[in-house]
Amino acid sequence: MGVKIKSMKNEDFGDNEALELLNTLGDNAFMTTIDNLINWGRSNSVWPLTFATSCCGIEMMAAGASRHDFARFGIEVYRASPRQADVIVVAGTIVKKMAPVLKRLYDQMPDPKYVIAMGACAISGGPFFYNTYSVVRGVDHVIPVDVYIPGCPPRPEALIYGVMQLQRKIKGESFVKPDKTDKLL
Amino acid sequence: MLNREELSKIILELVPEAEITEGTQLPEAIIPAEKLVELTEKLKSDKRTGFNYLISHTAVDFATHFMAVYHFESTEFRHIIVLKVKITDRGNPEIDSLAGLFPTCEFFEREVFDLFGIKYKNHPNLKRLFLEDDYGFPLRKDFRDEVNIIER
Amino acid sequence: MSEEIIKDVVIGENEDYIINMGPQHPSTHGVLRFEVCLQGETVKYLIPHIGYIHRGIEKMCEAITYPQIIHLTDRMDYLSAHINNEAVCLCVENALQVEVPERVKYIRTILAELNRIASHQLWWSAFGMDLGALTTFFYGLRDREKILDIFEESFGSRLLHSFIMPGGLMHDVHPNFQKRIKEFIAYFRKKLPEYDQLLTGNIIFQNRSKGIGLMSRETAIAYGVTGPSGRGSGWSCDIRKIAPYSAYDKVQFNEMLETDGDTFARYKVRMREMWESMNILEQLVDNIPEGDYTAKMKPIIKLPVGEYFQRVETARGELAVYIVSDGNKTPYRIKFRSPNFSNLFVMNTITSGYKIADLVAVSGSLDLVIPDIDR
Repeated sequence: MGVKIKSMKNEDFGDNEALELLNTLGDNAFMTTIDNLINWGRSNSVWPLTFATSCCGIEMMAAGASRHDFARFGIEVYRASPRQADVIVVAGTIVKKMAPVLKRLYDQMPDPKYVIAMGACAISGGPFFYNTYSVVRGVDHVIPVDVYIPGCPPRPEALIYGVMQLQRKIKGESFVKPDKTDKLL
Repeated sequence: MLNREELSKIILELVPEAEITEGTQLPEAIIPAEKLVELTEKLKSDKRTGFNYLISHTAVDFATHFMAVYHFESTEFRHIIVLKVKITDRGNPEIDSLAGLFPTCEFFEREVFDLFGIKYKNHPNLKRLFLEDDYGFPLRKDFRDEVNIIER
Repeated sequence: MSEEIIKDVVIGENEDYIINMGPQHPSTHGVLRFEVCLQGETVKYLIPHIGYIHRGIEKMCEAITYPQIIHLTDRMDYLSAHINNEAVCLCVENALQVEVPERVKYIRTILAELNRIASHQLWWSAFGMDLGALTTFFYGLRDREKILDIFEESFGSRLLHSFIMPGGLMHDVHPNFQKRIKEFIAYFRKKLPEYDQLLTGNIIFQNRSKGIGLMSRETAIAYGVTGPSGRGSGWSCDIRKIAPYSAYDKVQFNEMLETDGDTFARYKVRMREMWESMNILEQLVDNIPEGDYTAKMKPIIKLPVGEYFQRVETARGELAVYIVSDGNKTPYRIKFRSPNFSNLFVMNTITSGYKIADLVAVSGSLDLVIPDIDR
């Protein structure tokens, strides 16, 4: 069985060891129908928070516009308030002055919540790694990240691929027996 | 539009202690710190020069002294002039503020205070702009931050 | 016990109410924080707090060589990336007294004008969206994709290219470059009147922007507000006319000026600039001379000792680059006088007395890009 995303075959996704492990165990009994139903609902309607600090924000806007419409994938609306959002797409450089703000926004989001680190700056500081005094080198120093999308800036298609990986990860979660999936991942 | 010689003559007539630098891209003068406000006020109101637009203000850290640099332009005559002031006291650098004459200078001066530590007298609101209050002054040449800066 | 606690809470005198338009906000176009003091719904004063994207670019540039600076200036005002790069390259070339080939000058001007149109398209999309007209988001970005296709074919990347290098260009443009630009001009001339139909003539939009955020010419000069925002108040500050660089002295174009000084005037200036940019493109695209794509430069670029200054006109105003060199391959000090830094601090003067909903309209009409403020 395994987890399926929108009729894209599992072999077409890149190497992803944790999810491959889950794939082979996907036939296990703990993935009940309720789990599948809930995961289907959760993964197909992740609503992001409007959070863009710099250049990657423009590619995120372009991904939401008419050519690479990602409302087709369930990202229907952007919520301005963190209380109503599911995922925070950190697009852009995080600076030491902004890090407490980001942590506070993440804390205000209700569970289940996910984080996508978009762009080289959010993954590891990007072009601002050397010789600067104020850049946080990677947003995973501040909040736990689920999906990393490389690029400077990543193409809108890369952002859509990253969201599809997140959907795959959500489909592997279990609502009925939550500690089972924690041990695997 | 006045050329270099005419501008140099006007500056020397208003402030005789000014040093006119030769061979630079734009007309330039190094003036003593006490004459700064007086000279810029006269250059702004004088009908021949009319320097009413401050393009930019910044500071440069040479090892022994700071140099505050002002670029002025006239919207009517379209000539540009560069005024420089040498600040020799590195322990407690201070200079007069031009915020009363040029409202935009207030924010350039806050940026220089934030990054270099140069204080401005009579500034309406001298607070740091980008960095936290207890951080050092990063654009100085002797600034070292072992924790945050990864050198290449 | 509870009365003591209540007495200690100080809200403000005379019904003042301080709210925070925080760093994360959908309409501040970046991480900018406004501390707004309101009385009812009227803005009394406004304090902008910046520094939430201060990456220390000026300090970083002191440790890297001149061709490497291009990759960082791209990311300062990312919506006019080519023009930022052109500023640094012109400064370096004037210092070394290198003459670039004519082909390079024409292509740099064409890229600058394409970038200006793309930037104004994004501005229009975001401005309409801030005021509630969501359709403009889709129309503007649809047309902007056509320009990004041209960039992608020649340079490989959509947004940040680092293509303009000291001495010329990184490599030659694609053979289809001229054809694509002519197709784009023909396409966009039909689409731009649609923008006017959607937003300019709309009575709700006009009520929300006429008479809002008045800025006089003296205020614009005093605060150094250049670019389309300054031209909306009647200040003629176009660097392309005052001190022409690259191929701007070979084209005929008008400088768009309005005298009203309100939000609607700034809006009209930008819409007309899009038409003018298309005129400039038409004059240049057929006449690109053949030749080298770069002048002969040494492998390691060292500027002679001295100070150099160059100004260009980005989509938002006047960018000035000031380089102090001590003869090494890295600059001793580089300063970017960014247009958004001066444009931001006029906000307090022009929004006092208006309602808080007008604050969003005014900050949208000033077209701020926050990483350029903080550098």
